[in-house]
Amino acid sequence: MVEFALHNAWLVPLLPALAFVIIIFLTKPWPALSGLVSVGGMLTSCFFASLAAYGVFTNHKYAEEPLVYATRWFSAGDLKIDVGIQLDPTSAMMIFMVTLVSSLIFIYATGYMKGDPGYSVFFSYLALFGSSMLLLVLSSNLLQMFVAWELVGLCSYLLIGFYTHKISAREAAKKAFVTCRVADFGLLLGILSLQIVFGTLNLTELAEKINNFDQYTTMGMMTLMAVLVFIGPIGKSGQFPLHVWLPDAMEGPTPVSALIHAATMVVAGVYLVGRMMFLFHEVPSAMELVAITGAFTALFAASIAITQREIKRILAYSTVSQLGYMMLALGVGSLTASMFHLWTHAFFKALMFLGAGSVLHALHDKADVWKMGGLIKKMPITGYTFMIGCLAIAGIPPFAGFWSKDEILLAAFDNGNYVLFTMAAITAFMTAFYMWRLFFLAFMGEEKAENHPHESPWNMTLPLVVLAFFATVGGLVGTPWAPVWGEWIFFGHPHHVEPNYLIMVGSVVLGMAGIYLAYTLYLADKEKARAHALAKQYRFLHNLSFNKFYIDEIYLWFNHSIVDGAARLFYLFDIYVVDGILINGIAAFTRLSGEGLRVAQTGRLQNYALVFFLGVLALAVVLAFTDPATAFGLMTGGAK
Amino acid sequence: MQLDLSLIVPEIAVAVLALTVLIFGMIIPAKSRQGLGWFTAVTLLGVLGLVIAGWDNMGSLYGGLYVVDQYSQFFKVIFLVAAFLVVLGSTRYVDRHLGGQSEYYSLLLFATLGMMVMTSAGDFMTIYLGLELMTIAFVILVCFRRLESKSLEAGMKYVLLAGMSSAVLLYGLSLVYGITGSVVVSEVGGRLAEVGANPLLMLGLVMLLAGLGFKISAVPFHMWSPDIYEGAPTPITSYLAVGSKAASFAVLIRIFIVGMEGVALNWELLLALLAAVTIIVGNLVAIPQTNIKRLLAFSSIAQAGYILVGMVALDPEGGVKGIMFYGFLYVFATLGAFTVAAHFYNKTGSDEIKDYAGLAQRSPLMAAVMVIALLSMAGIPPLAGFVGKFYLFMNIVDNYLWLAFIGLVMSMVSVYYYLRVALVMYRNEPLDDTPIAVSGPVSVTLILTMVVTVFLGIYPGPLSEIVNSAAHSFFMH
Repeated sequence: MVEFALHNAWLVPLLPALAFVIIIFLTKPWPALSGLVSVGGMLTSCFFASLAAYGVFTNHKYAEEPLVYATRWFSAGDLKIDVGIQLDPTSAMMIFMVTLVSSLIFIYATGYMKGDPGYSVFFSYLALFGSSMLLLVLSSNLLQMFVAWELVGLCSYLLIGFYTHKISAREAAKKAFVTCRVADFGLLLGILSLQIVFGTLNLTELAEKINNFDQYTTMGMMTLMAVLVFIGPIGKSGQFPLHVWLPDAMEGPTPVSALIHAATMVVAGVYLVGRMMFLFHEVPSAMELVAITGAFTALFAASIAITQREIKRILAYSTVSQLGYMMLALGVGSLTASMFHLWTHAFFKALMFLGAGSVLHALHDKADVWKMGGLIKKMPITGYTFMIGCLAIAGIPPFAGFWSKDEILLAAFDNGNYVLFTMAAITAFMTAFYMWRLFFLAFMGEEKAENHPHESPWNMTLPLVVLAFFATVGGLVGTPWAPVWGEWIFFGHPHHVEPNYLIMVGSVVLGMAGIYLAYTLYLADKEKARAHALAKQYRFLHNLSFNKFYIDEIYLWFNHSIVDGAARLFYLFDIYVVDGILINGIAAFTRLSGEGLRVAQTGRLQNYALVFFLGVLALAVVLAFTDPATAFGLMTGGAK
Repeated sequence: MQLDLSLIVPEIAVAVLALTVLIFGMIIPAKSRQGLGWFTAVTLLGVLGLVIAGWDNMGSLYGGLYVVDQYSQFFKVIFLVAAFLVVLGSTRYVDRHLGGQSEYYSLLLFATLGMMVMTSAGDFMTIYLGLELMTIAFVILVCFRRLESKSLEAGMKYVLLAGMSSAVLLYGLSLVYGITGSVVVSEVGGRLAEVGANPLLMLGLVMLLAGLGFKISAVPFHMWSPDIYEGAPTPITSYLAVGSKAASFAVLIRIFIVGMEGVALNWELLLALLAAVTIIVGNLVAIPQTNIKRLLAFSSIAQAGYILVGMVALDPEGGVKGIMFYGFLYVFATLGAFTVAAHFYNKTGSDEIKDYAGLAQRSPLMAAVMVIALLSMAGIPPLAGFVGKFYLFMNIVDNYLWLAFIGLVMSMVSVYYYLRVALVMYRNEPLDDTPIAVSGPVSVTLILTMVVTVFLGIYPGPLSEIVNSAAHSFFMH
C-alpha cells in the first residue's frame, strides 16, 4: 500500500481535481453532495499523501536521492518537456501538510458556507485550489510548476472575489491577480532564461548543471536569473513591495483566507525558492537579496499589524510578517529552518484564521476587535484554541512556533549577519505584542452588551481542535535536542544545530515581554487610556502604521500620475496612429481584398474551369522563371 | 511476387461491407432501414480495429504496386475514424432529409475504400483507380438531396470540374511515365536521377500538382469547393473536407516526396508559393462570408494551405510528421464544426451565421463544440490546432521563414472570422429562444470531437510518438 502510494503520488493532486470536475459537470445542483465530493476528494488525497509521506520518512535513501518519475508531455526537436512527480522529504512533508490542513478547512467550510447560494461552486473552486497547490508541490520540472503556479493564482482570483456582489471583494480579487501576475512575469522570464542557458527545466538535471554553471554561463547571468526567479515569490508570498494584495485577500470567505494564508498560495513562493536553492546557493548576492527582503518584510508587516483594528487584517499582516521570516531563513541558507517554520505556521495560522471565521460567524461579520470583548466565555472552544494559536505564534514553549522561530533566529545568528538577526528579534517581540493585543481585546475583558455570540457548530469547531493539537505538538519534531527535522529536510548536508540557550531564553523573554506589554495596555487597563494616550502622543507613527505606510496610496499616486499620464500619451498614439492608420487600415485592406477575391467566386462553371487552367499556366510560368533551363526547354517544346 | 492477402484485409472488409449494406437495403423493410446507420458505424469500428491490429504488419504487394506501411495505416485510421463520426452524426439527418439510406451508406463506404486504396497505392494506375472510386462516389453523394436544385447544381459542377482535373492529372501522369518509363512511384524516383530536370517532366509535374491541388482545394484550383460544400448535404461536405483532402495529401506526399525527390529543388519553391497563396486567399475570402458552410469551406482551404507547408520542410520526415499530426487533429475540429452545422440545419433549416445568434443559450453543447473547433483551427493554445501548427511551422523556419511569417499573420486574421461566429453565438440574443435538443448519437460525435481536440492540445505526446514512427516507416523504403 505504501509502495503504491509512493509510486502513484500523482493521485494526490488528481483526486481533488477530479472532485472539481465532478462538481462542475455533475453534482452542481445538489450542494450537500458537492460538499461531500469535495471533502471526500481531499480526504482521500490526504490518505494517499500520508501513506506517501510515511513511505518517504521511513526510508532514508529518499533524503539523499528524490524519487522522480515522469512521462513525456511534449517534445519538439531538442525541446523536451516532461510532466512528473518528484517526491523527497520536502515535498512529502508539504503534501501531507497541505492535504491535512485543506481537509480540515474543507470540513470547516461545510459549516461556514451553509446556505450560501454558490455553495457547490465554492467547493469546486476549493478543490481545484488544493489540487493546483499539490501539483505545484510535486512538480518535477519548472514548467509544470509554473502551470500549477498560475492555476493557484487563478483559483485565488476566483475565491477571493467569490462574493461577487461585494465591490471590495471584486477589487481585492483583481488586485491579487494583477499583483501576482506582474511578479509571475519575472518568474516566467527567469524560467525561460534557465531553459535557454541550461537546456532543461528538469529540477534534478538543473541542479546538476547549475552545480558547475561556469561551463554554461557567467556569474552575471546567474545573478540575473536568480533575481528574475525571485520576483515570482515576492509576489506570491507577499514580500515587500508586492505584499499589498495579501491583506486585501481577506475579502474572500474566511475558509479561503485560511487556505491562502496557511496551506496554499502564499507558501508557494517560499517553497519555490526552497526548491531552487541550488540556484540561489550559487549566487551569494541573490541570497542576500532574499534574506534582506525577508527580514525587512517581517519587520515592516509587524509594524503595520500593531495598529490594525480588523481581526482578519491583523492576521493577514502577521502572515506577511511570518513569510518574511521564512524568506529570511532561506536567505541565510537554512532550508531546514524555513520549511520547519512553514510547517508549524501552517497549523497555527490556519487555526487562527478559522477561529477568526468562527468569531465573525458568531458576530455576523463584525470585524473590529475593539468592538468585541469577553468572547471566550460564550465561545470557549474557539477562544481556547485561538489562545493556543497565539501562544504558538508568540514563540512560547512548548508550542510549535517556538521551535521553528528559534531555529530561524539561530540560523540568522550563525550566519553572522547581526543586523538581520536584530530585525528578526524585534519582529518576534512585536509579533507577541500584536497577537496578544488581538486576543485580549477580542476574547478577554468585558463582554459587549450589543453582541450575542454563540459557539459554532461541530463541523467548525472540530477542525479548530485538530489544528490546535498540531499547533501544540507540531514543533516537537524539530527540537534542538532531537533534531529529526534537520535529518530529513536540508539543502546540501544534514543540518545539525547545537542548542543555543542564550537565543532560546532570549526569544522566550521577548515573547513574554510582548505579551506582558499587551496585557498592561489592553487588559489590565480597563479604559485602555494608556493605549489611546500613546496613540495620540505618537500620532504620526500611529497614522503611518495604521495606514500601512501609505504604500497603497503611493501605488495609486504612481498609477494616476505616471502610468495614467503615459497611458494618455499612448492612448493618443493608439487612437490616431495604431488604430487610425495601422489597424483600421489593415482591417479595411483585409476586408476589401476579401470582398475583391470573393467577386471571382461567380458560381459559373466556365469561370472556374478558366481559373483552373490559368492556374496550371501560372504554375508553369513560375516554374520557368525560377529555373531558366526549364524556361528555355518549355519554350522550345523540349527540343534539345 | 507473392500476394499476402493479410495486408489488405481492411480494404476487403470495407468492400464487402459496402456491398452488404447495399443488399441489406433491398431486403430490409423501409421502416427499419434506420438501423443501417448503426450497423455501418459499428462495423466501421470493427475495420478500424483490424487496421490497428495490423499496425506492425507492413509490406508491399506486386513489387511496390500496393504498399502497406504505418504511413498508409495511419491515414486509413484517419478515414475510418472520420467515416465513423460522419455516419454516427448523420443517422438522423439521412433519415429526415435524404432517404435512400442503403445507397447513402454504401457510397460512403466506397468513397472510404477509394481513399484507403489511394494512400496505399504505389503506382500511378492504382492511385488513379482509388482517386476515381472516391470521386465518383462523392459525385453521387453530393447530389443526394435530389429534390433540391442547389444540391443538383453542386453535383453537376463537381462531376464536370472533377472530370477536368482528372484529365489534367492523367495527362501529367502520362508525361511523367513517358519521361521515366515507369508508373511505379519508387521506380520513378530512381529513374529521375538519370533523366534530371527535363522540361516535359516539369510540365507533367505542374499538371500533377494541379490535379491533386484540385482535390485538396489549393488556390487557384479551389474555386469549386465553396459552391459544392454549400450545396452538398452537410455530412457529405464534412467528409469531403476531411477524407478526400487527407487522401489526396497522402498521394501528394507519396508522389512528390518519394517519386519526385530528385527534382525537389524545382518544385519546392512552387509548393511554398502555392501554400502561401492558399493560406492568404482562404483566410481573406472567409472574412465576408455569411453562410456557415461557405465560411467553413474557405477556412478548410486555408487549413489545406497550412498542411501544404509541411511539404517544403527542411527535414522531410519532420514535415511528413507535421502533416500527419495536423491531418489527424483537423479531422476532429472539422467534423465537430460541420456536425454542429448539420444538426443546426436539421433543426432550424438554416445555414446562415446570423441565425446562430444566442446558440449558447439554446444549446450550450453545440456552441461549445463550435467554438472549440474554430479556435483549434485558428491555432489558439491549449487546443490541438496550436500544437499542430507548431509542428508544421517549426520545420520551415530555417528555410522558409517568410512562409512561416505569412502563416502566422494569416492565423491572426483567421481569429477574426472565427471569433465572429463565437460572438454571434455567445453575445447576441437569440431570435428564437427555444432550446435545440441534441440527440444521443449526435452528442456523442460532438463530445468526442471536442474531447479529442482539447486532449491533443494538452497532451500531444502519445500521438506525436505514433506519428513519429509512422513517418519513419514511410522513409524506410
